[in-house]
Parts: sequence; structure tokens; C-alpha cells
Amino acid sequence: MTMENDNPKPAIRLQELSKSFGEQKVLDRLDLNIACGETVTVLGRSGTGKSVMLKLIMGLQKPDDGEIEINGEKIAALSLDDLNRLRKKVGFLFQQAALYDSLTVEENVAFPLRRHTRLKDDERQARVRELLARVGMEEAIEKMPGDLSGGMKKRIGLARALALDPQILLLDEPTAGLDPITASEINELICELQDERRMSSIVVTHDMRSVEKVADRVALLHEGRLVFEGTLREMTESQHPFVMKFIEESGEVR
Amino acid sequence: MKQHAQVIGARPSAVSAGVRPATDSGNATRASPKRLLLGTLEWFGNLGDFCARLVKAAVTPPYEGRELLRQMDEVGAKSLPLVALAGAAIGAVLSMHMRDSMAQFGAKSMLPTLIILSLFKETGPIITALVVSGRVGAGIGAELGSMKVTEQIEAIEASAVNPYKFLVATRVIACMLMLPLLTIVADFCGIVTGWIANALAEPMSLRFFLNEGLAQANFADLLPSTFKTVVFGFIIGVIGCFQGMNAKGGTAGVGRASTSAVVLASLFVILADVVLVRLIITLFPQ
Repeated sequence: MTMENDNPKPAIRLQELSKSFGEQKVLDRLDLNIACGETVTVLGRSGTGKSVMLKLIMGLQKPDDGEIEINGEKIAALSLDDLNRLRKKVGFLFQQAALYDSLTVEENVAFPLRRHTRLKDDERQARVRELLARVGMEEAIEKMPGDLSGGMKKRIGLARALALDPQILLLDEPTAGLDPITASEINELICELQDERRMSSIVVTHDMRSVEKVADRVALLHEGRLVFEGTLREMTESQHPFVMKFIEESGEVR
Repeated sequence: MKQHAQVIGARPSAVSAGVRPATDSGNATRASPKRLLLGTLEWFGNLGDFCARLVKAAVTPPYEGRELLRQMDEVGAKSLPLVALAGAAIGAVLSMHMRDSMAQFGAKSMLPTLIILSLFKETGPIITALVVSGRVGAGIGAELGSMKVTEQIEAIEASAVNPYKFLVATRVIACMLMLPLLTIVADFCGIVTGWIANALAEPMSLRFFLNEGLAQANFADLLPSTFKTVVFGFIIGVIGCFQGMNAKGGTAGVGRASTSAVVLASLFVILADVVLVRLIITLFPQ
């Protein structure tokens, strides 16, 4: 995979982003750019603000300070309608999948389609089946989320995130809680999406295999700041004490 | 390789405008009167903001027709047995109580009128509203509360759908539309059991009971009192949704949201009733 930093307008640009919850500073002047077509994996210990960063990008929470640009548009300045227009271009997979538990799997995946496309019932149904087939969950179409395991929910969450053919994908631990085979399939899927659609993505993960497979670039967060940004190879060669410790403890990277 | 320099010195952080704090009754009871007052004012301020968003979401297209129908079924059809039973019980109780009192004044012939007017004007609407705030208020508070703590509400926002439109407006409108209809059911059941209780003590045909009772009652007795339940429906829906959407702190938070939704909805229904009764007496003098 190659880095595509030649595009002048990054898909996502975070500038001096800060966010606190009470006394706890979760993000502290974070800067990060994601180029078009690029996949950046964000690593870091639990509770270092990785999920918060994704929610800030989606406009689900407001930063205390700093700016977020998606496709060159500053999201803080947008009205709700404009923000929603932008959100349709961004697929988001929540850490716990966040499926609507009063709706069936089919209705969950159809939720964005029903509201943002003019597909007829049979076309929409076909699209839902296609999306579920992509994540290997076709057989669960009539089930309720409560009847599914965590890994299955995650895959359906991913199908829902892909429903509107987003240009940008934000994935919060897509392979956590999955068996190694399914995890590998999900990684393959992310790679396919990059190749097919030049999708830009941020993948928050603890899974170093996932990093090896999908990442163009790796960013390591520590205490609300970026302590490392570069390729995986550069990361393994880094002399930064936290980076070295992180790699040593994860123990899977060559 | 690029290693970022550590930036020292934190900036003061502005309070995020988007976060709406929920009232924490546990803290409020321990706080000083000043903080209690400020907390209450803040709660009402947030409630006002919530209502403004709700109204905006409700009047602008697209409309969530399917979800509205589902909620009307949830609020209306599924509350029907409970409301009918409560109305029936209260009709019988009214009849039994009033019978002795009226006999003392030698005004037993007024009994049908009294039962029917009492049901139309006050007992039917308030019993319906309290039963619905118990059943529906708790349900909405718990459902939206658990959606909040499991990030489902954020998932709706991430799907570029306004949760005020999809979740709040549909539930509030369903409550406003269904309460008057449920009230009429409660009135009807109360009148029937009122007659039965009366007839058991002193044989009397239903036709006679209705003729006697309805001779003194007119639409000005029925309609304003029935339509005031639209306001009760608004209160039940808004308080349930507001408490639910502000739930935090896992399953315990869901429980708190559900309980506070019932308690506050019932309380505000009764308080609003005082104002509405005064208003109706002023606008529709006998």
C-alpha cells in the first residue's frame, strides 16, 4: 500500500484538538491529517481519547478547542443540515456496534437507506442483502440484535456504516472480540474498500495484525497527544520510550 | 519518522455547548439551597431548549410517519386495557361514595348527573393521564435511557438522522393524539360501571341513568376537559423523552431516568391541571 499525501486537501484534518471531561484532559492539542484514500490506524492505551476523537470528527461531541475539517469543510461552522449532509459521506462503526435493539438486523442496515435514498422496497432489500453478504452475516437478516454475539453485532454495524457508500470510514476497534478468521476477513474487507473506492479511513485498534494489514500510516496516542506518526516500519524502529514499550508489549510485530 | 514535541501548558477549556446535563437528584438533596435553586433553574432551562428543538424537529419535513404509527400503537392501543379498567373502577367508586352523601341531602336523583359530570370534567382526564404517565412515561424514559447509554442515539445522529425527529417528536405527538381518545374510553367505562353500581343498590335502567345524567351535561362540559389531556400528553411525552435522553451512568442511570420520568410527569400533570381548570372555567363559563 502506498501513501497518497499528494492530494492538497486532506479528507480529515484535525488541528490543535482538545477535549476534557471535568478535570480529565482526554485530548490535548491533537494534530492529525488523513489524506484522501489513506488508512491511518490509531493506537494507544485504553482511555487515551481514541473513541472520543472519532466522535468529535462525527460532530457527536463538541471539542473544547481546535478545529476539525472534513473534505476541507470546518464542521464547527456548519448548520445541522450541512453537518448531516457531511455525515452521509462518513461511515461510523461504534465500539459496541450500537445497533438499534428495537429493530431487526435488516431494519438496522436499512435505517440510513430508508432515510437518505429513494430506493424502492425490493431494491433496498437487495442492497441490505448485499451489504450483509459482504460482512458474512446474510443468515442473520431477520434476527434481533439481542440474539447476536458481540462479533456478529460488530459486523452488522460495519454493514450499516457502509450502507450509504461513504467516502470516509471511521472504525472503532473493528476486529475486537472477533475470532482470528473473521478478524482477518474484516481486515481484507477494509483493504478491498480502500482499493475499490479509495476510501479514507481511521481505524482505532489494539490489534497489531490489523495494523500490519490495513495501515498506510500509524498514529500513536499517549496522554491526549500524538507521540508518533509514521509507517509501521518507522514505528518499529522508533527510539521513543513509549513507542518502544508499546511495541514490546504488543509483541506481534516483526 | 516524526515525533511531536510535547506541548506544555493547558488552555482553559470552554464548556461544551452541546452537552446537556441531567439533574442529579442525589447531589441536589445534599447541596445548599442556592445550588438547588440553580440546579432547578438549569433543569428548566434545558427543558425549554429541549422543547424548542422538539418543536423545530416536529414541524420540518421529512416526517417519520411509520415510527409515529408505531408509537401511537404503543401509547394508545397498548394502554387501552389499563385505562379502561382504571376508568371502570373509578366510576364504580364514585357511585358508591356519592350515593350515601347525596341521600343525606335528599338529592339522590342527582346521582347520575353527578357521576357523569365528575367523570367528564375531572376524574376521567386525570385518571387517564396518571395511568398513562405511569405506563408510557416509564417506558419512554427507560427505552430512550438505554438507547442513550448504549450509544444508539449517537448512532442515529451518525446516520445523519435527527434523533429529535425520529425518537422525540414521534413519541410526544403520539401521546398528544392518544390521550384524548383514551380519556373518552375511561369516561365511557366509568359511566357504565357507575350505572352498574347504582343499579345494584337501586334498580334503574341504563337508558334512564343516561337520560338523567346527560340532561344536565353538555359539550362544554366534555370537550374542553377532554382536550386538556392533549397538554397532559405533551407533558408525559416531553418529560419521558427528556429524562431518557439525559440518562447517564449505565443501567443505574436508566433506572433513574425511568423513575424520574414517572414522578415528574405525574407531578407536572397535576400541577398543569390546576392551571388548565382555571383556564377552562374562565373561557367556558357555565
